[in-house]
Amino acid sequence: MNKPIRRVSIFCLVLILALMVRTNWVQGVQADAWAGNKYNKRQVYDRYAYPRGNIIVDGQPITQSTFVDGLRYKYKRSWTDPQMYAPVTGYSSQAFGASQLEQLEDGVLSGSDDRLFFRNTLDMLTGEQKRGGDVVTTINSKAQKAAFEGLGNKKGAVVALDPKTGAILALVSTPSYDPASFAGNESTDSKAWTDLNADPNKPMLNRALRETYPPGSTFKLVTASAAFENGLYQNIDDQTATPDPYTLPGTNFVLKNESDREQCGNATIKSGMDQSCNTVFAKIGADLGKDKMRVQAEKFGFNSTVDTPIRSEKSVFPSNSTPDGTAQDSIGQHDTQATPLQMAMVSAAIANNGSLMQPYLVAEERSASLTTISKHSEKQFSQPISPATAQKMQDLMVSVVENGTGKNAKIPGVTVGGKTGTAQHGEGNAGLPFAWFTSYAKASDGRTVAVAVVVEDGSNNRDGISGGRLAAPIAKSVMQAVLGK
Amino acid sequence: MSTFDVSSDPNSRSAGVPADRASSRRRRNTTISPQATPNRRNTELAMLAFAVLLPVLAYANVGLAMDDKLPAGMLGYGLGMGALALIAHLLMRKFAPYADPLMLPIATLLNGLGVVMIWRLDKAGPLLHNNFPAASNQLMWSGLGIAFFIVVMVFLKDHRVLQRYTYISMAVALVLLAAPAFFPERKEDLGAKIWIRMGAFSIQPGEFAKIILTVFFAGYLMVKRDALALASRRFMGLYLPRGRDLGPIIVIWLLSLLILIFENDLGSSFLYFGLFVVMLYVATERTSWIVVGLLMSIGGAVAVASTASHVKTRIDAWLNPMAAFEPKHPQGATEQIGQALMSFGSGGVTGSGLGQGRSWLIDFAAKSDFILGSFGEELGLTGMMAIFMLYALLIQRGLRTAVAARDPFGKLFAVGLSSAMALQVFVVAGGVTGLIPLTGMTMPFLAQGGSSVVANWALVAILLKISDNARRPGVEPTPTPEIQGGTAS
Repeated sequence: MNKPIRRVSIFCLVLILALMVRTNWVQGVQADAWAGNKYNKRQVYDRYAYPRGNIIVDGQPITQSTFVDGLRYKYKRSWTDPQMYAPVTGYSSQAFGASQLEQLEDGVLSGSDDRLFFRNTLDMLTGEQKRGGDVVTTINSKAQKAAFEGLGNKKGAVVALDPKTGAILALVSTPSYDPASFAGNESTDSKAWTDLNADPNKPMLNRALRETYPPGSTFKLVTASAAFENGLYQNIDDQTATPDPYTLPGTNFVLKNESDREQCGNATIKSGMDQSCNTVFAKIGADLGKDKMRVQAEKFGFNSTVDTPIRSEKSVFPSNSTPDGTAQDSIGQHDTQATPLQMAMVSAAIANNGSLMQPYLVAEERSASLTTISKHSEKQFSQPISPATAQKMQDLMVSVVENGTGKNAKIPGVTVGGKTGTAQHGEGNAGLPFAWFTSYAKASDGRTVAVAVVVEDGSNNRDGISGGRLAAPIAKSVMQAVLGK
Repeated sequence: MSTFDVSSDPNSRSAGVPADRASSRRRRNTTISPQATPNRRNTELAMLAFAVLLPVLAYANVGLAMDDKLPAGMLGYGLGMGALALIAHLLMRKFAPYADPLMLPIATLLNGLGVVMIWRLDKAGPLLHNNFPAASNQLMWSGLGIAFFIVVMVFLKDHRVLQRYTYISMAVALVLLAAPAFFPERKEDLGAKIWIRMGAFSIQPGEFAKIILTVFFAGYLMVKRDALALASRRFMGLYLPRGRDLGPIIVIWLLSLLILIFENDLGSSFLYFGLFVVMLYVATERTSWIVVGLLMSIGGAVAVASTASHVKTRIDAWLNPMAAFEPKHPQGATEQIGQALMSFGSGGVTGSGLGQGRSWLIDFAAKSDFILGSFGEELGLTGMMAIFMLYALLIQRGLRTAVAARDPFGKLFAVGLSSAMALQVFVVAGGVTGLIPLTGMTMPFLAQGGSSVVANWALVAILLKISDNARRPGVEPTPTPEIQGGTAS
C-alpha cells in the first residue's frame, strides 16, 4: 500500500503548494491592486489614522488634523476660515473622499507619497508617529481676505495672479461652503453633504476655475491684441472707421453700443476701449476673421485646460462661427466663454510684457520634518503678444482706469490698468448680466499683480450690474492688499 | 519502489503469518529501523516549549499594538497553554513514547495562534458585527480538545480496536451527517446547514463525522480491498471495477450529493467523497478508481451546480469576487471573498503586524471560516507561508505514519485522517484566497469552533497512536484481535 500512499502524499503536497502559489499571487503579485482597490476601505481609514499634513498659506497652516479617536477614524480634518479657503483646499472627508488640493496633494498630505518613503521608514524604525507632509501654497492671505470680503454675499469669483511668476495670490469663489460640515462619517455629515449638493447656488462649485462665463467686454483685450499682432492697426490712436451702429456682416442685425453718451462712430482704439464700444471691437473681429481671432485667444489659454494643479475648465473661443458670430464672439458674447482664471491670465500676460507665466498654486511640497520634497519652478505658459503689443495694451488698460469705465479701480501712486465687462447671458439675454473686471497694478517698487473679478446676477438693478461699479472695487481692494497700498 | 516498499509485498498484508515474520521484520528494520530511531521525546519537549512561547509572544504583540501595554491575561494564557501541552507531552512519554515528535508541537502552535487571533478580533469590538468575545471559549475548547487528546492517548491502547466498530461507525457517521438537515436553518448561516443546535449550544457534527467515516472506510476497505482490486475488467488500458463492486462508491457518492443538496454544504460533500476516493485508491492501488471518482465528482458537481442556486451563487462569487461591491450587484452576492482578498493584498509580503490590520472588514465569519484573512493581513505572505508549512508538515507526518504503519488498517486509517486534513485545509484556504469557490468549513486548529478544535485534537491523537505503534522498536504488532481472521489471505 505504500506506493499509493506516497502518491497521495505527493498529491497532498501539491494541494498545499497550490495554496502557496495562490497566496503568493494574491499577496505578492496582486497585493498593490487589492490594497488600492477602490472598494478597499483601508485606504480611507489609513488616511485618517495619523495626523494629515497641512496646507500652508503665508507660513500658517489653514488646515488641522483633530484627534477624534473614533472607532474607525482616528483623526478628522478641520480648516481655518473654511469658507474663504474652500476653493483652494477643497474638502477631505472620511465619508465622501477629497477634492482640489486635498485630493491632488493627498500623497504628500497623507504621507503615502513615494518621495516620503525614506522618512516614513525612518519614523517606523524610530517609533515616531507617522505624519503627512505639508503643501505650501502661493496664496496671499491678505489678498484672499480682500477678495472674499469684497464679494461678500454676492455670487462670484476672484482670481489674482503674480504676472511675473504665475503664482496664484487669491482664489475665491462665493457662495462658499464649510468642508468641515461633512468631514466626518456621521449622519449629520451625510445630511450636510446632501444639502450642499442639492443647493441651487452650487456652493461647492469652484467658480474661479471650474465655471465659465461669457467674458463680455473684458474679451476686447484679446481682440485688441489680435488687431495689433496681426497688423490690422499699429497704434492705439488709429481710427477704426467703424460705423455706429454697426450692421454685422452678412446679416441685417444692427449692433448698438450701451448708451447714447458713447462716441463710438469712427472711434480710435483707445477711445473705443475707454468707452467699451461694442461696434469697434466687433468690427475688428469680423475684419480679422475667426481663425486669427481664435489663434490669438488660444495663445492666451483659451480652448485648453490649465492645471494649477486644480484643473481649470476650458475657456472657449469657437472655431466654427459665421462672420457675424465671430463679430459677437470678439466682444465676449455669443459662444465665447471664459473662466475667471482665464481673464486674470490675459491681464497678467499684458502686465508681464506679453509673457504669460504658467499659473500655479503649490509653491512647495515638504515632509513633516520640513525638508523640501519639491519646489515649483516658474515656467512660461506662452508668449501671446509681443512686448510692443503688450506696451500698447498696457496704455489702453491704464487709459480705461484713468479716463474710461474703470475709474473705480484707481489707486493713488500705483499704475493701474483694467477693463470692465458686463456680459449678457441667458435666452434672449434675459438673464441678469455678469459684471466683470480684469486688471493689473504695478507699484513703483516693481511689484505687480493681475486680477480678474466676476460677479454674477447679484442685483436686480440693471445699471447696478456693471463691471465698473460692482467688480472694479473688489479688484482694487485685492490689488491694494497685494501691493500693500 | 525503493526499499521502503514493504507493504506492497503481498505478504505484508498478512503480517501475522508466522512464515513471513522473520523476513518481513528484517526488511522493515532496514527501512524504518525503529531500533535505531531515538524516540525524540526530548526534541518534542523543546519544540513544544517553542510552540507555547510563540503564541504567548504573539499575544503580547497584539496587546502592545492595540493597547500599548502587555495584556493582563498573558501570564495565565501562557501558563494554561503550557500546562496543557506539558500534560499532553508527559502522558505521551508514558502512553505513546515512540510517537512522532512533530505533530503535538505543530497542533499546539496552530491552536495557540488561533486563540491569539480570535482574541485580537474580539478586541475589534463593535467594528465586527455580533462580536461576542470568543477567545476564552476557544481556550476552553482547546482545553477540552487536549483532554480528548489525552483520553485517546490513555484509553486507545491500539488503534486496531477501532476496526471492530466498522459498521457501527458507518451508522453513527450517517446519523451525524444527516442530523443537521433536520435542524432549522438560520439566516446568518447563509444557507449552510451544518450545525446541530440545542439552545445556546451547537456542534458541527461534520467535524466528528470526518474521523468516524475514516474508521468506517478503513475498516470496510481493508476487508473488501482484494475484491475491489482484483476483480476488474480491462477497458481501454484501465482496470475498471465490476458493476457490483461499484456499489459502495456509488453509495458514498449519493451521500455526498445528498449532503450538498439538503445541507448546502459544498465543502463537506467534497471532503467526504475525496476522502473515500483517496482511501479506495490506497486500498486497491488501482488508478482506475481515481478516474472513476473524478468523473463522478465532476458529474455530480456539474449536475448540482446547474440546478442548485446556492452553488451557482458561490461559483459566481468566486469568478467575480468584487461584484457584490458594485452599486448594482446581483442579489445574494456576498462581499466576503472580495474583503478577504483585499485583506490579503493589504497585508502584502510582511503584513501590517498583529493587531494593526483591519481584517475586521471581512466581518462575517471573520473568526471562523475566514480567520486566514486576518493572518494574511497581519502576518503577511511570510506568515501565510509559515502557516502553510505547518499544515504541510503535519499532513506529511501523518502520511509518513501511514507508510510506517505495520497493519493495513492503520495505514488506511492514517492515510484517511491525513488526507482529510489536507483536503480540508485546501478547501478552506483555497476558498478564502479565491483559488476555488468558497465552501463553509473551518481551518483546522486555527478557526473558532469547539467541534473543530476537539475533533482535530482527537484526529492528531489517533495519528500519534498509530505512529507510536509503527515506530515501536523490536516488537511485532500484536495480532489484530477478532477481525484479523477475516482479512488474512
